[in-house]
Order: sequence, then structure tokens, then C-alpha cells
Amino acid sequence: MRLELRDLTKTYGATVAVERLSFVLDAGRIGCLLGPSGSGKTTVLRAIAGFERSDAGEILAGGERLSGPGIWVPPERRRIGMVFQDYALFPHLDALANVAFGLRDVDRAARRRRATELLELVGLADHAGKLPHELSGGQQQRVALARALAPRPRLVLLDEPFSNLDAEVRMELAQQVRAALRAEGATALLVTHDQREAFAIADEIGVLRAGRLEQWDAPWTLYHSPATRFVADFVGEGSFIQGTVLGPGRVATELGIIEGQLTLDQPAGTLVDLLLRPDDVIHDDASALQAEVVERVFRGAQFQYKLRLPSGTTALSFVPSHHDHAIGERIGIRLDAQHLVGFPRG
Amino acid sequence: MLEAAIPAHLRDPAGHWFGLAVRARTIAYSTARVQPSELSTYAALGEARWKGRLCMRSGKHAYNQSLVAMMIGDLGEQATERVVRSWIANLAAEPFSSDTLMLKAIAAGQCDVGITNSYYLGRLQHETPGFPVQIFWADQGGRGTHVNISGGGVTKYAKNRAEAIRFLEWLASPAIQQRFAAVNFEFPANAGVEPLPTVAAWGKFEPNLVNVGTIGRTQPAAVKLMDRAGWR
Amino acid sequence: MTSSQRLGPALAAIAVALPMIAVIIAVVQGASGADPELWSHLREHVLGRVALNTVILVLGVVAIAMALGTSLAWLTAACDFPGRSFFSWALLLPMAMPAYVLAFVAVAALDYAGAVPMALRGWFGDGLWLPPIRSTAGVIGVLALAGYPYVYLMARGAFLTHGARALEAAQSLGLGPWQGLFRVAVPLARPWLAGGAALVAMETLADFGAVSIFNYDTFTTAIYQAWFALFSIETALGLALLLLLFVAAALAIERAARGRARYSAADSGARTALRVGLSGARGWAATGYASLVFALGFALPALALARWAWKVAPIDLDARYVDYALRTVGLAGMAAFACLTLALVLGYATRQSAGRITQAAARVATLGYAVPGAVLAVGVVTVLGATDQGFRALAGGEGLWLQGTVFALLLGYVARFLAVAHGPVQGGFARIRPSLEEAARGLGLGARELLARLHLPLLGAGIGTAVLLVFVDVMKEMPITLMTRPFGWDTLAVRVFEMTAEGDWERAALPSLAIVIAGLLPVALLTRRMERAARAA
Repeated sequence: MRLELRDLTKTYGATVAVERLSFVLDAGRIGCLLGPSGSGKTTVLRAIAGFERSDAGEILAGGERLSGPGIWVPPERRRIGMVFQDYALFPHLDALANVAFGLRDVDRAARRRRATELLELVGLADHAGKLPHELSGGQQQRVALARALAPRPRLVLLDEPFSNLDAEVRMELAQQVRAALRAEGATALLVTHDQREAFAIADEIGVLRAGRLEQWDAPWTLYHSPATRFVADFVGEGSFIQGTVLGPGRVATELGIIEGQLTLDQPAGTLVDLLLRPDDVIHDDASALQAEVVERVFRGAQFQYKLRLPSGTTALSFVPSHHDHAIGERIGIRLDAQHLVGFPRG
Repeated sequence: MLEAAIPAHLRDPAGHWFGLAVRARTIAYSTARVQPSELSTYAALGEARWKGRLCMRSGKHAYNQSLVAMMIGDLGEQATERVVRSWIANLAAEPFSSDTLMLKAIAAGQCDVGITNSYYLGRLQHETPGFPVQIFWADQGGRGTHVNISGGGVTKYAKNRAEAIRFLEWLASPAIQQRFAAVNFEFPANAGVEPLPTVAAWGKFEPNLVNVGTIGRTQPAAVKLMDRAGWR
Repeated sequence: MTSSQRLGPALAAIAVALPMIAVIIAVVQGASGADPELWSHLREHVLGRVALNTVILVLGVVAIAMALGTSLAWLTAACDFPGRSFFSWALLLPMAMPAYVLAFVAVAALDYAGAVPMALRGWFGDGLWLPPIRSTAGVIGVLALAGYPYVYLMARGAFLTHGARALEAAQSLGLGPWQGLFRVAVPLARPWLAGGAALVAMETLADFGAVSIFNYDTFTTAIYQAWFALFSIETALGLALLLLLFVAAALAIERAARGRARYSAADSGARTALRVGLSGARGWAATGYASLVFALGFALPALALARWAWKVAPIDLDARYVDYALRTVGLAGMAAFACLTLALVLGYATRQSAGRITQAAARVATLGYAVPGAVLAVGVVTVLGATDQGFRALAGGEGLWLQGTVFALLLGYVARFLAVAHGPVQGGFARIRPSLEEAARGLGLGARELLARLHLPLLGAGIGTAVLLVFVDVMKEMPITLMTRPFGWDTLAVRVFEMTAEGDWERAALPSLAIVIAGLLPVALLTRRMERAARAA
């Protein structure tokens, strides 16, 4: 069901945790609030769930106002499921009973059927009788998801759902969670500080910084067309080189004049910092442009090189791993300028 | 009828209550280590010869408080305080929480003399024939031995006043007084009734005739005196 | 949070605290009417000694009970020695033994004329000197033996559920098991140990039976003295007020000792660490130590009681005892239910609102545990007297509506023992993480359902502990029962009082034994629960 926030604001004493936050998440979509710790993302989630009261603004779910001036629906009547960071499984109930916990107003057989169905969906049908402490972290996480999904909530919220898990299971589990949410046709919103998690699971991502929404977009757009320098920095690796705008789609840099699908509309003559993603900088032995290798990280299929450009600024580059260059070596590079973003220098 | 059965010092002058059984609070001594001829008055237990040989029950018990209250009436407060202090100086052991415990201590040899209610010794002598502790009637040459009573009265708003009075009269009747004495080793308040043989064997004694009610009124003063003298 | 949301819990907490508030008002009001001449007498000859005695007694009892309870808990929780599994539950049994029973058994058996010194003098001659049992050391020893199980229970729970992981960490840093005890386990268990010490301190402050048998003067005996010998209830209430200040000080010390540590969830993954095997002489020394405490605190007194009871049973045991026992168990059961209900209300209220009023009300409501039963009794009687007057004014007549009813008795019990139920219930609430409540509310549970489907099941162990502790305590309770019971409602404890007051140990043994036996079942259940909790963790 469609979720909409309008100018949501929450303060703790003198500290502003969330400031005039607005976004829309359409029904069936998976959204994500991404931001460093302290950016207010968990506060937003808890306000949507009804565990925190906002100071101003509105929260609407499927057109119903959950909170707003003079309105506050208590959490138990919001029909919003939540997966907690610590999973919050009920320690006195087994996995099946945990999942069935929120299924009320239906008979015993129906509850059992639905709970079993959910456990199957998250791949834990054969762990139904286990108590929470007998399950691994990833299994607990999936039980928590199944429990949240079981009553067919209008919206599922996930609070840092993978933060307690090993790196290896994280990505795999993220895919499983996405599949389960899709299978249920659920609308979901998660918060995380890890952009890889966000990319793995979300249709839309909002980047939060100090309680303000910097940008709300699809992952690809966010990565390649960040709206602010903060977003550019926080989402994915990158580096900036100086340039001067020559005209629409043309920027002069130390690496030559770059032309491409530019989103810049600065007038000619503006000095800009141009964002370079590692995949924008291509290793090419034939190129006349040379850069010095200052750092290298082996990543299996690729090397990530840190290169010093003639001016002294550095840029990152992904290079297939058969191009094995030592630190101090000078290699040829060129730019693949499909989508370039520049921010006015200052 | 109750007035006829119960002597005056054992009942309220205004007729509010009547004593039904009498127990004397007097001296008990070890038959092994004490000759009756060494004993005389309560006050004499403070003499130097009883140093480290005297046992007492706790000063917090009403029996000792009423004994001291009686002495205040007889001797005056200052003299009584001197007596009590001399007792405390003679104690062989910390005061006991019950007379029974104290009597057993005398029998076992921890001390040689003490002050007890008569019926406690009666029970012990009855249970253990040859129990090596005996009664001495204190103050016989003077004002007489201290007695206290168990008794009854009728409350102001009693619904069945007549029956209650008849019940008290029944309790004071010779047959019931006999039964009473047989189980509690006390002296029947009704002077016409004989006590148990164990009790009768102690002989007759002259009771202190100060009214029991007067003692009750002096009790707070006695308690304070005992606090001052350090009777725990 | 809106104001209406905070008002509910605050009102509930205040309602629970009402009996205590009423008693405190009665005490303060009565105390202000104390006779100045009596006061100056008390100040000069009584107060100083009684205050010093009380302080010495409390410090001594708490120190010894802490040493016994903590060391035994550590031995049975973290070490292995011959008989360990037996002692792990047997060491709780003294809980079923009221302090006043232990006291009269000790005095009867160990005083100069008691069986043990008599036998020793028979062997070694009359000149043999033995330490007197009726002494400060004796009364401290007896009360410590009666009180250590509270510390043992708390410390063992803490060691079993919380210590394992931290202890492993300590061992990985090179600490041996005994260093681990003092540097990790004890500091970790500090909130629980402080709680146990507070329980023991309050039991000691409120004790009347045992100190009377030892003729050891404390505040409680001074209160009785003022009341029943000086005939000044106002002076008694004045002393009671002073005692309440002592209690407040003890509680403040406990809070300070607990420091910033909070009762918190056990590490969920904790396993009981491997026990340290005590081999050879050290193992047998541990067995000997545990045996000695068990023998002195339970086995020997129980044997003595059984012998005496056996002697008098043929003449004294009759149908009256069925009534005594039924009344005792019935009252204990009702009181346990009432205390639990109120403790749940209070625990829920304080969880819902951390407001100052709620917290203060909770503290007041649980103050009664440290107030001598007799003071509570007179408070209850005073309060109900006023209430009855109100009823009479409304309905006419001369009857007593509440005084001298079971309600009055229960009110006294609740005022006194609410704290006993409050502790475990509160601990249970603290162990429920807030996210669990949020998860349940997110799944659509309202407040009532939350209580029924989340709190009560998770509180299970805490509720069981609360009920059992109150049950045992009420069975042992003496002064409130004595003074506020309905006419003719004699219980086992009342019978014990009547017989000990006459120094008739043998007849006192029979009802005492009945109390001990009736108390064993709850203690056994408590023990089993503890063992199960330990295994689950």
C-alpha cells in the first residue's frame, strides 16, 4: 500500500532528528532509507511504525492518515509489520508460534496454514518447532520477516535487517528477503547505512543526512546522477577532478575536453568539480594520458587502482586483473564519459 | 456471689474485673547449692554473697515490671532503684527470655537463685521428679510475696451481660477452680479450693495485699526505672 | 506521550501504594503526639543503645549472610565437589525455617542448660568454658543462617545466567577461576548481591521473634516496650518513624551499591561454563563447609524439632492442627495472590511510565518489607478504624466493617510483602526487551493482549518466584497475624508464639515443624525452577 510522508519533523529537545521529510513509496515497491548513523533514518522508521511521535508533518498509508495534526493511530492498529534489528523474536515461542503470533481473528487451522506457508517462503519449514535461541542469526532474521509478513500488513518496515549477520550471508539473504517481499506483494521500507544492501534490495533509495532527505531516486540514478556532493560521496566510490564548463555537454579538464551525456547546466566558464566513478576511468595502453599507480587493491576479477593524475589529484579505476601493474608504474588511461556530474567549486 | 468467692486484693475495687487464678512471683533456689536459711527478701538478692549467682528473666516482661512496680509502692522509687541495680550487679548471665529457661539454668548450675512465677517451677517439678530447684516465699516477714492473676471481666457494650456474669461465676465456682488448678499449677483464687499437691507442698504464704490494679498504674514508672538501672 | 497516557500508570502505582501511604500517615500523625517526658527518658536511657545494637546486628548479619550466600552460590554454580548437586538445592532449605524457630532451637539446645553444653560438660567436666549462645554473636549467627538463602538464591541465579560468558572472557585474559570470582563474577552480580543484602537487612530490621528470644534489644523490641509496657502507642509510633529512617538509609546504601548497573537481559547465547573441579582435599573441604552450613541452618534444627514434636504429639496433636494448617495455607495463598496482582500492576505501570510520581509511588509501595509487622498492624488498625467510622457514619450502627476481618489481615500482609513479589516481577519485566513489546504491538496487540500473550508468559519464572516467596513469608509471619487476625483465627505461627512465650519449646516444636514442612514444598518448587532456568540459559 502506498506510503507517503509529508514534512515529517521530529526533535529531541534541542536536537533536530528529522526535518521536514517528504517522500512517496508506491504500493508494492521496496524503498530504502540510506544514511550514516545519526542521520535520523531509524527515527523515521519508528515514527512510521508508531513507536515515536513526530512533532509535525503527516504519515499516510494507503490514503489513511496515521499521524498528523490531532491524529495518532497507535502502533497496534496501524497494520504495519516490523523486522527489528535484534529480530525481537519471542523467546518463549517456537518459530511457528512466533510467525503465527500476529494472526488473530482466524481459526487455529488457518493460522497454522498461513504460518507454515510463510516459513516455507523463507525456507525454514523444517525449523518450525525450534526456539529462537536454537536458530542461527540468519534463520532468526527470516523468522522475524515471516512473522512481520504473516498478518499481510499494509507495509513492512525493516530496521538494519542485515547488520547482525556475516558479510557472506548478507547479500544472499538480502536477495531472499527481496524475493519473499515480492512473492507477498508487500510494500516495504528498510533502513541501512550500507549502500550495497540498499542496492541489493531496494527499488528506490532515499539518502538521509542529518535528518534531511538529500535525494530520493532509483539506485542507478542515485549512483550516476547524485544530486548533492554528499550523495556522490556516500553512495559508491568516486573522486573529483577540476574542470571548466565550456558549453552544454563540454567540460575542459586536465584529461582533455570531455563530452558526454551531461546533466550540467552551469553556464560556460563555471569552475566545477567533476565526479569520476572508478568505472569511468578506463585503462588503455594506447592512450597518451598517463597516470601513476599509488595504491592497488586486488579484488579477484579486478584491480582497484588509485592513480595520481598530472595535477596531483587522485582518481580510482577498476581494471581487469590481468593488467597487473606495480605501485609507481605509469599507465595509460582514458575517460568513458557517458554520464558526468559536476558540482560548482567553492 | 463473685465478691464472696474472690478476695478483695484479687479484684477491681469497682467490680470491673475478677482474678480467677493466682501465681506468686517469688524466689527459686538450687537445692544443691543454697540453704533456705540464706534467703529472706527480694531486696536481699542484691547482697554481695549472691554476686555471680543470680539469674533473672528479661526486664521487658510484664511479670518483672509488676514486681518492680509493687516494690516502688512499698519502698519508694529511690530505694527500689538501688535494689534493682544491686540485682543487675549480681547477675551470673544475661537475662533470660523465659522463666523456664532461667529455672533450667539454675538446675544446670549456671546460677543459684532467681525470681520466677510459681507455676513454671510447678510444671518442671511435675515433669522431672527431683528437679533440683525449690520455691522460697519471699518477704514473709514483711509485706508478703508478690502475686499476679489471671482473670476476667465484662465489656461495657457486651450484648449478653447476664450470661457473661454467670460465666464468670461458673469459673469462680469450686469445681471449676479445682479443674483450673489441676492443669495450670496455679493457686485457685477461690480461697476455699485446695491447689495441686505439687503446689501445696510449697506451703502456705502471705501474699502482698497491694491491689493488682494499683501495680498496673505504676508499671510505666517501673519500666523507666528498669531502663535506668540497665535491666535488659 | 500525552498526559493521559502518563496519568494511568501513575494512578495505578499510587493505588498500589495506598496501604503503605495510609500507614505512614498514621505513623507520622501518631508520632507527633508522643509524650515529651517519655521521649526524654528514651533518649537518655534507651535510644542510643538500641540504635547501636540495631546497627551492629544489621551489619553483622548482612556481612555473614553475604559471605555464606555468595561463597556457597559460587561453589555450587561454578565448581564441582562431592555432593554438589545435592547442596545446590539443599542449601535453600533454611528458607523454610523461620528465624524465630531457629532462634528458639539454638537457645534451647545451646544455652548453658541446653542438651549440647550439658553433654559436653558431662564429658569434659564442669569447668569447661563454652561461648554463650545468648550473646550478640549468637543472635547474629542465627539471623545470618536464616537470611543467607536470600543472598544464595540471588547470587546463584546471577552466576548461572550472567557469569558464564564474562567468566570465559576473563579466563581468556588469563584469570583463574577464583580471580574470576572476585574480578568478574561478583562485580557482574553486584545488582543481585545488593538486592539480596537489602532483603537480609530488611528481614533483620523487622525481626521481632528471634531478638526477643535472645533478649537482644533493637528498635522493634523498643517499639513493643513503648507500646505494651509504657502504654504509649504514640511513643511506639515515634520509634517506628525512626526505624523507617533507618530503612530509608539502608535502601539508599543499596541503591548506591548497585551503582549504575542495571538488571539486564542475560547474554542470550550464554552456556553454563565448565565447572571448576575441586579435587581431593579442596573438594572435601567444600563438601564439609556446605555440610556445616546445611546442618546448622536446617538439618540439626529440623531434627531437634522433630524429636520434641514427637514427644508432645501424642498429647498435643489433635483436630485443632487441621484448622491451624488450613488457615495458615489459606491466608498465605490469598496473600500471595493479592501481592502478585498488585506487583504486576506496579511493574506494568512503572514500565509504561518512568515518571517521577510513578517511581516514587513504587518505592513507597515496597517500603513495608522493612517495617516491623507490629507497626504495620497498628497502622492498618488505625486506618481501618477511621474507615469503619466513615462506614458507621454512612450506614449507622456500631459494627466493625473492616477491623478484625480477613481483609484487615490481608491489607497488613500486602503492605509488608508487596516488595517480595515486586522484586522478581520487576526483574522479569526488565528482562523483556522493549523491541519485543514493539514487535507485538506492531502485530496488532493492544495493552491487555500484550499483558496476556507477551508479558505473563515471559514473566512466568518471575511470577512463580514471587508467589512462592510471598507464600513462605506469610506462613512464617507472626506479629501482623497475631494482632489483626479475626477472632479465633489462630494459625501455626500464632501457636508457636503462644508456646515460645511460655518457654515451652517442646510444644512450640509441633507447629514450628508444620510450618517448616509446609514451607518445604514451595522452596522445592523454587529450587527446581532455578535449576531449570540455569539449564535453559
